[in-house]
Amino acid sequence: MDLLIEYRSQLWAGLVTTVQIALASLFFSVALGLIGAWAKLSANRTARALAGAYTTLVRGVPDLVLIMLVFFGGQVTLNAIGAATGLWDYLEVSQFAAGALTIGVIFGAYFTETFRGAILAIPRGQIEAGISIGMSRPLLFRRIVWPQMVRYALPGFGNNWLVQLKTTALVSVIGLQDLVYNAFAAGRSTDALFTFMAAAFVIYLGLTALSDLGLRALERRYSRGVQRA
Amino acid sequence: MTEPALRVENIRKSFGGHEVLKSISMSAAKGDVVAILGASGSGKSTFLRCINLLETPTDGKVWLKGEEMRMTSRQGERRPADLRQVERMRARLAMVFQGFNLWSHMTVMENITEGPVHVLGTPRREAREKAAALLAKVGLSDRADYYPAHLSGGQQQRVAIARALAMEPDVMLFDEPTSALDPELVGEVLAVMRALADEGRTMLVVTHEMAFARDVSSRTVFLHQGQICEEGPPDQLFRNPQTDQFRAFLSRMN
Repeated sequence: MDLLIEYRSQLWAGLVTTVQIALASLFFSVALGLIGAWAKLSANRTARALAGAYTTLVRGVPDLVLIMLVFFGGQVTLNAIGAATGLWDYLEVSQFAAGALTIGVIFGAYFTETFRGAILAIPRGQIEAGISIGMSRPLLFRRIVWPQMVRYALPGFGNNWLVQLKTTALVSVIGLQDLVYNAFAAGRSTDALFTFMAAAFVIYLGLTALSDLGLRALERRYSRGVQRA
Repeated sequence: MTEPALRVENIRKSFGGHEVLKSISMSAAKGDVVAILGASGSGKSTFLRCINLLETPTDGKVWLKGEEMRMTSRQGERRPADLRQVERMRARLAMVFQGFNLWSHMTVMENITEGPVHVLGTPRREAREKAAALLAKVGLSDRADYYPAHLSGGQQQRVAIARALAMEPDVMLFDEPTSALDPELVGEVLAVMRALADEGRTMLVVTHEMAFARDVSSRTVFLHQGQICEEGPPDQLFRNPQTDQFRAFLSRMN
């Protein structure tokens, strides 16, 4: 316990990084998910094909491979391009940006499917009712599609988010000092790995429990008008 | 001569290679109640949905009080020339659906005020007052704060009618409004529609309710295989059918 108190600033800094990277990647992935769902449901053949390629590719490869590919491979590629074109000198890819972006891209693929399913779950007639009273597309989306889509998407969204939050632990392999990285480093230098990993365990559990509470509040808010059995 | 409330000319619709509507023309003067009859597959619902462009007709024109819905064609596909104009015209053409289609995340009151507030820009307070009056008219004043899921089918359809009325439409389109209802709930919806006819609303009603067509409509149209087969005042049409198709249809319905 004394050790944990002694290293509390490292643990705290790691926790902050973990939360930041989780939220940043969540933002990316929700944006990508909405775009992807729109593309998959659009009449445009090219958009559908691109979105299909995206989800197939990303969901078919281990997260760790993608993270290392983007971080190490991305840096090498960028510098090769820089050297070949002379447009820029040596570049360093930020670990935070590489981590948040990659995890965002990965989970964007899962959110694409979640949102697509949610939009398809909205009864077609309710959308026609909106069209038939003269709603414009943006109004229809804001007033009819979005509130119901959120309700249908929330269970899947919650699942994705919990996995995404835990996936951020992988960024420690590219040297980003998140909760896992700092806990591991502190544990090694004090020869008390069990203590520090147990602390990380509890902190992650706390984060997911907090998320659960938030998700439940959202579900209450968006289940207006739904008959509960 | 004044412009009819609604005029459609040579409406055609094909799905793939199959022609569902073969050149339908009709018009409705203000206050007309046109009952549209036909066997299932005769194209009567599709016809109604072509008027407010829920389906894009393959060909044909629609005028609402003399204003033409402007269409254009791009890459061989017909589409609205000006989506804004179509949206404005849809707002004047309220539709009541077979499946009610109330928005399930909104209360009855919100369902009715949604269009006036967000499409027409009516002040919220005014929209609520009007909605309350409409709810009284359809006999559901005590259900304003209910969600659709807590109402019977007949009540939902009456709310849907109030929602349509709230738009103060020039023409109301009814797409088999009683077909999804339990038999004992049909009467309450028909009573509301009868009252609307009596107050001079212009209505196009696709229906299987022969009694409604006979007693309430000012004109009855019988569609057969995507064409108008017979039309005229209902007493004349029902008493003296001219075609075998309509005779066969009537005998099946009775």
